[in-house]
Amino acid sequence: MFENLDLTKLIFGRLTWDAIPFHDPIILGTFAVVALGGIALLAALTRYKLWGYLWNEWFTTIDHKKIGIMYIILGLVMLLRGFADAIMMRLHQAMAFGDSTGYLPPHHYDQIFTAHGVIMIFFVAMPLVTGIMNYLIPLQIGTRDVAFPFLNNFSFWMTTGGAALMMVSLFIGEFAKTGWLAYPPLSGILQSPGVGVDYYIWALQIAGVGTLLSGVNLLVTIVKMRAPGMSLMKMPVFTWTSLCTNILIVAAFPVLTAVLGMLTMDRYLDTAFFTNDLGGNAMMYVNLIWIWGHPEVYILILPVFGIFSEIVATYSRKPLFGYTSMVYATVVITVLSYLVWLHHFFTMGSGASVNSFFGITTMIISIPTGAKIFNWLFTMFRGRIKFDVPMLWTLGFMVTFVIGGMTGVLLAVPPVDFVLHNSLFLIAHFHNVIIGGVLFGLFAGITYWFPKATGYKLDEFWGKMSFWFWLVGFYFAFMPLYVLGLMGVTRRVSHFEDQSLQIWFQIAAFGAVLIAVGIAAFAIQLIVSFRRREALADETGDPWDGRTLEWSTSSPPPPYNFAFTPRVHDLDAWWQMKQHGFQRPESGFIPIHMPKGTWAGIVLSGISVVIGFALIWHMWLVAGVSFVALIGTAIYHTFNYDRDYYIPAEEVERIEAERTRVLANV
Amino acid sequence: MQLFKYLRGASLTLLVAALLSGCDAVVMSPSGDVAVQQRDLLVWATVLMLLVIVPVIVLTLWFAWHYRESNTEANYKPDWTHSTVLELVIWSVPLMIIIALGAMTWVSTHKLDPYRPLDRIDAQTPVPVGLEPLTVEVVALDWKWLFIYPEQGIATVNELAAPVNHPIRFKITASTMMNSFFIPAMAGQIYAMAGMETKLHGVINEPGVYKGFSANYSGAGYSQMKFDFHGLSEEDFASWVAKVKASDGNLSRDKYLQLEEPSIDDPVSYYGQVDPTLYYGIFNRCVEPGQTCMEDMMYHGGMDKHAGHHGDAKAEHADHQDHAGHQSHGGHHE
Amino acid sequence: MSENTMTADVNSTQDGQLEFLVKGDHHPQNGTLLGFWIYLMSDCLIFAALFATYGVLGRSYAGGPTGMELFDLSLIAINTSLLLVSSITYGFAMLHMQANKVKGTMFWLAVTGMLGLGFLSLELYEFHHLIGVGAGPQTSGFWTAFFALVGTHGLHVFFGIVWLVTLLFQLKKHGLIPENKRRVFCLSMFWHFLDVVWVGVFTYVYLMGVLP
Repeated sequence: MFENLDLTKLIFGRLTWDAIPFHDPIILGTFAVVALGGIALLAALTRYKLWGYLWNEWFTTIDHKKIGIMYIILGLVMLLRGFADAIMMRLHQAMAFGDSTGYLPPHHYDQIFTAHGVIMIFFVAMPLVTGIMNYLIPLQIGTRDVAFPFLNNFSFWMTTGGAALMMVSLFIGEFAKTGWLAYPPLSGILQSPGVGVDYYIWALQIAGVGTLLSGVNLLVTIVKMRAPGMSLMKMPVFTWTSLCTNILIVAAFPVLTAVLGMLTMDRYLDTAFFTNDLGGNAMMYVNLIWIWGHPEVYILILPVFGIFSEIVATYSRKPLFGYTSMVYATVVITVLSYLVWLHHFFTMGSGASVNSFFGITTMIISIPTGAKIFNWLFTMFRGRIKFDVPMLWTLGFMVTFVIGGMTGVLLAVPPVDFVLHNSLFLIAHFHNVIIGGVLFGLFAGITYWFPKATGYKLDEFWGKMSFWFWLVGFYFAFMPLYVLGLMGVTRRVSHFEDQSLQIWFQIAAFGAVLIAVGIAAFAIQLIVSFRRREALADETGDPWDGRTLEWSTSSPPPPYNFAFTPRVHDLDAWWQMKQHGFQRPESGFIPIHMPKGTWAGIVLSGISVVIGFALIWHMWLVAGVSFVALIGTAIYHTFNYDRDYYIPAEEVERIEAERTRVLANV
Repeated sequence: MQLFKYLRGASLTLLVAALLSGCDAVVMSPSGDVAVQQRDLLVWATVLMLLVIVPVIVLTLWFAWHYRESNTEANYKPDWTHSTVLELVIWSVPLMIIIALGAMTWVSTHKLDPYRPLDRIDAQTPVPVGLEPLTVEVVALDWKWLFIYPEQGIATVNELAAPVNHPIRFKITASTMMNSFFIPAMAGQIYAMAGMETKLHGVINEPGVYKGFSANYSGAGYSQMKFDFHGLSEEDFASWVAKVKASDGNLSRDKYLQLEEPSIDDPVSYYGQVDPTLYYGIFNRCVEPGQTCMEDMMYHGGMDKHAGHHGDAKAEHADHQDHAGHQSHGGHHE
Repeated sequence: MSENTMTADVNSTQDGQLEFLVKGDHHPQNGTLLGFWIYLMSDCLIFAALFATYGVLGRSYAGGPTGMELFDLSLIAINTSLLLVSSITYGFAMLHMQANKVKGTMFWLAVTGMLGLGFLSLELYEFHHLIGVGAGPQTSGFWTAFFALVGTHGLHVFFGIVWLVTLLFQLKKHGLIPENKRRVFCLSMFWHFLDVVWVGVFTYVYLMGVLP
């Protein structure tokens, strides 16, 4: 048996030097830039002796605030890659008419649109949303950390691991060429025998574990760890939307795990889940993936609805209008999001009654969503509105998102969908709601809570620049796509014959360039704000005269968040405290029980990435050994019972006294 | 804030310009009755939605302007956070609009069900009694379209023709990947899937050449998977059929197996002769000699009511009016 | 975080300052059991997807062998009994844990593990036999769905046993400290959950599978 053993094959599987795309100048160029940048970064870290700091203070931390910040950094970095994909597509499609085939060969273009979707959903929107929830929830409910701090660290690294695999696919091998949901039979082993779909599968499975555990974590945190007196109907709205979001995560991601697992078995074990022959059924995949997929988009939008609720109230100097109604609307949306999945494939031939049912349920969701919009409107009504950057994003959202919502309801009418499904009208619709909704909300939230996290505000001017370029850029980039959809143009096409379409693609490309400026403005904003941080400093901890508990802490909050657990009596707890002339305690501090940092999260995730890579390249020996290492490490970690420590009372007193001193000088 | 107003004006102008130019768009001015009804639905649904959207956008911009901090004359009511009347209005008005839209949806989805044979040629003309629809069998291959005309005994690749004002019944399947059969000018799209048959009914009301393509990404040759659909007068259609019939292409099973091989950007080709059992073989996945047809493999427990629905070369008359779901050879029926 | 240690003066209003803070130490409630339960429900969803797939592909024999022909119900009956009894023995372990008897807990856990191993061995034997007669996961949609559903359950049992063995070592080392008690409780939930899923499998796959 062992005579013919090829050692190279055993260790390296199907990984050969051919996997490196030496022939592709675009990728090689990208690699050069990334490599140089990476080396520069590593060199700087070494020179300034920051490895110890990074390891102890950031990589092994279980502090939800730092983990939240790391999630946001991950999301923003991946935004650059996802947007690079977008600009490449827009440029290509603006050019690829008639004799010109554009500058991207089809097999490259097809990977780009797949990667663009996967990155934006899984590695930009999800981390950004998770990061904000992670940062905010314990602060808003008046507790020290999340329910499972170790799991929190592990979840972050698993998400990062998935992102890492995605990045590796750019330079070693290729990515999937199937669209972001990888429908079989195209994604099956017969039609996509290469490594692309495998990268897709393992990146998502690894990140999916992180997301699921994060969902469990935040759910238990909100249920069990609220400050005394904070009943469910006294929680901040953002916490409510986060609660519903995490319920959705826990209830939807297992389906993704299962369906990707089945696709994996089809690809690795030749099973017949989704094959054309031997009794498989590709429609099963479409159903399962969208049973996950639709709740997923609500996972993205609900936290953002919460962010807008907080911002509108703060900047209108009024409590949120119709809190109860908002809560019920959120819960209704959460439940309904499970009853609409078929609207993503009305055209798969399910018959009129089934199609109508799902079309009608989809339309029903617009009712609670509309109620929310009106409630924001009435919060503004008879308020006193300040147009800081977060409020600008909010206004941009309210105008833009409703257009996207409208086109969504149009698409929900099955016969209309028959002519618009998979067209650029659809693309315009979901970008309308995701950019106008999720992204605008994330930028609003980041700007709003930035001073809380860092101690200084973001520069106003560059914030406004970023907003206007994003807003105008969005309209230029996506309104033409609505038109193109009505002209019968379908998605994922890499070459066109009809010259009359070209002008619209060119306008869209121009819009993409405007958005690029918006992103650059945001990057500049970060740099300028950092350099001007003394001038922009927030010493009060409450720069916007906020209403919720996070503003009662210093900026940034101490590691333990609250020296004493707050006691809540009403909605908008911090506002009430301010109204009653709350005085900070200056003595009587006690030692605070805190969890310790851990190496296990990053190590387990690292091993998972190795396993993923090994499975992609059929490096069975490496995969097997790594798997054993994974289980072994996990078991070893469970033998560590020494997971916490106490911050001494003197330390707490010192930190609190320092804050008292700063506040006195403000 | 002047900037704000200016930009709002500019964006709205852009929107209107876009909408106006969209009047030439095929979805907005189609040439087939089904597509016309779908367009009308789109317009009605848009109008209904605009009833809510326009006030919302106007109110948003107006409230933002009027209640800005610098406008000290504006009424400031920081304690006003609830109004039962308003809540009732903001839940019930959208509810009523959705009820209207929902009713429209139910009715139109049944009326425009792709599986439902047409009962009208256009808004003024019902289908004449005794006029049998033209049957076309469609196979989505990698990456081209095969059209088989079982009644005429001909087949073409990447070219479709049909007489104007004559209902067409498409029976659609695929060889491997999931595609979507779409002629925007004529009717909506429907997926083409291997081992399964979907149906589409449509009619073209004006002579012309219309674009057809796949609307579901299916791999390397997807962008080139296009065909021309010729709407012809009855005489022209007869000439076209004769032309194809006269060509020396013979779509035997062997030829089909060659055709099935992946290729991109295939030129139009004609087949004057077609194996009459070929389509049945394609969607039962038994074109190759020696393969067992899926229908024969399947457990026959619930299959009896579907007997006679399997892409026979004979013209079908058993199209159930309210038959929902497509034929699938799993013995179960989604 | 340990149990809730809220202080009693919730309604104290004499001192306006303390009204807004909890005087003294405050530990929020421990969320481990709730968290594990929620995780278990998410696992349940994975099984739901597998059951649904089995439902859809349940008659897709592709002209090949059927479950009716090949399921050996007597073997499955033994298997089912092993698993059901193992749930009972886990119950005994929990009783001993409540009475703070480490040795008793460990003994009954070990018995549970043995029964679980027995279950797995029989299942592997069954799989081996099925594959041997040409009814493997690659044979048809039906057998794919069968092996995925039953196999995933078996995989869960396997990891449950790995966890059980680990726990035995940890009990030996540290005894019935609160952390370990929580872990035994969580594994208990896991084990019973697998039992419930098996009842579903037994009914839906095997029993209904041999009906015409």
